[in-house]
Amino acid sequence: MTRELWKGNEAIAEAAIRAGLEAYFGYPITPQNEILEWMSKRLPELGRAFVQAEAELGAINMVYGAACTGARVMTSSSSPGISLMMEGLSYIAGTEVPMVLVNVMRGGPGLGNIAPSQADYNQICKGGGHGDYHPIVLAPASIQEAVDLMPLAFDLAEKYLNICCVLLDGSIGQMMEPVELPEMRPVQRKDFPWAVNGAKGRPRRILTSIYLDPPEEEKTNLRLLKRWQEVQEKEVRYKEYFIDDAEFVVIGFGTAGRVALSAVRAARAQGIKVGLFRPITVAPFPYKRVAELAKKASAFLVTEMNSGQMLEDVRLAVNGSIPIEFYGRLGGVVPFPDEILSEIQRMTKAKLSAEADPVLNWMKRMEMVAR
Amino acid sequence: MATLMVPENLVYERPKSFTDTPTHYCPGCTHGVAHRLIAEVLEEMNLTERAIGVAPVGCAVFAYNYFDTDFVEAAHGRAPAMATGIKRCLPDHIVFTYQGDGDLASIGMGEIVHAAARGENITVIFINNANYGMTGGQMAPTTLPGMKTTSSPNGRDVETQGHPIRVAEMLATLDGAGYVVRRSLHDPANIRKAKKAIRTAFEVQERKLGFSLVELLSTCPSNWNLTPVESLKWLEEHMIPFFPLGDYKVAPAVAAAKI
Repeated sequence: MTRELWKGNEAIAEAAIRAGLEAYFGYPITPQNEILEWMSKRLPELGRAFVQAEAELGAINMVYGAACTGARVMTSSSSPGISLMMEGLSYIAGTEVPMVLVNVMRGGPGLGNIAPSQADYNQICKGGGHGDYHPIVLAPASIQEAVDLMPLAFDLAEKYLNICCVLLDGSIGQMMEPVELPEMRPVQRKDFPWAVNGAKGRPRRILTSIYLDPPEEEKTNLRLLKRWQEVQEKEVRYKEYFIDDAEFVVIGFGTAGRVALSAVRAARAQGIKVGLFRPITVAPFPYKRVAELAKKASAFLVTEMNSGQMLEDVRLAVNGSIPIEFYGRLGGVVPFPDEILSEIQRMTKAKLSAEADPVLNWMKRMEMVAR
Repeated sequence: MATLMVPENLVYERPKSFTDTPTHYCPGCTHGVAHRLIAEVLEEMNLTERAIGVAPVGCAVFAYNYFDTDFVEAAHGRAPAMATGIKRCLPDHIVFTYQGDGDLASIGMGEIVHAAARGENITVIFINNANYGMTGGQMAPTTLPGMKTTSSPNGRDVETQGHPIRVAEMLATLDGAGYVVRRSLHDPANIRKAKKAIRTAFEVQERKLGFSLVELLSTCPSNWNLTPVESLKWLEEHMIPFFPLGDYKVAPAVAAAKI
């Protein structure tokens, strides 16, 4: 197929439709409105379901209902809207039905702003809603990657009866890039043995997240955990750049990882042996691979558009074995490649310690940056 | 030893769309009556295999145990949204929610108003017993002025605790509503009328004539601190004057269908 110029949000919506999306329910919020708008035009013309809900609460619960029928269903939102969806997401996780969530992050907390941010990593990767559960979270760094991840997101959600979130930020949602979209797949509702679709010729089915008997709830929790362990074993995805001989490794996901790649290339041009590790699944986080890299590299630089949320996962994997530096921009500020390049250059000269607190050190340097 | 019932003596039996599950509701509560009416209508209309129920949070959280149909359990107040998602994916199925007054008229007010406004082709059975039964009888949006509850111990003071909401009247103002009525479960004559309304509501959905809701005035003897019989009398004397029975919306298309 040919490459065409697409806006991120619209390409993501179209990719979902071509992956066999049957129903979309959403509510306007910047910077993801084009997903809702694209769906409102395309789904009715294809005879599929679209509802602009009264709020994110309504939207996620419409998704919940649709997911219970076994239909391929998704919603999308941005940070404050995702917070509102947390109740429904917890119920969906507890009921063990599949859905896809596109989360186009913006600056926060509170109303924040509409600029690109990665400050909701913890919120979505660590569950978000109440109870013990783990969504699968995919973090693309380009529109093409986002488009390619959409069919996978549905497949993973259905395979593991879980929420699969495609986590990006406003810049990927809003930018335009040449992309190749997949062919249109026909809608094929699977005959799931749990789907609620009328008790005709079979015993009735009940889908619920209530288990009043604690031992039964414990069994459910263990079932979710077992499935999550399988996800951790089989579904970890990442991308590596210039890793083979890298003395220093930069780690960043999504847009931060993409900006870091420019910095890494510039550093390589200067003869610095630096590579980039970019997790695609931020949940499950590639702990094992990061631990392996820590055996080869002399130091890591973690860069994020938040105050070090993924940094905690990196620290868990590294377990104090090598120094970790951190560079973050907050509140909707996107770092320039030059800023990360300076950090790489600084690392090559500075005396680094594995005992140092990367966030404290970064905050001291931030006093200069954010003045 | 129990006497064995021979078939010839059978004058009253469980509808086939009802499961053989002992009730968890309090003695004298009218939830059981409402459940039975729905089950009878589903069976009479031959909808059991095509119906999908949406249970609320509240006393009826386990409503799904009693119906021999597919069922889902919604988050508090969100049943109309969940029903919307199901109905949009299965437009030829019959989707109904069963909700109490706290669930529907307080935490779920946004969902119910917009489901009605969209003309969502679902049926809502709304139980109004003027309090939060499940959590121990707190004040609900339907609690009468001056009525004592566990969170209005001196009686509902409308100056500080607001006024009750008349749901049927309010939803009837929306263009998407096809059929909105209020009935009561306090005596056999009214129970028969309630059943007729439930039947009409499901017929409205079957004929794709829009949103249908039947509000049922119900008793809560446990939290009202009355006997079952006193509760029925209290409903008749106090609730009906405030929540008049009647047809609040019968859309022209519904009237023309002569259900």
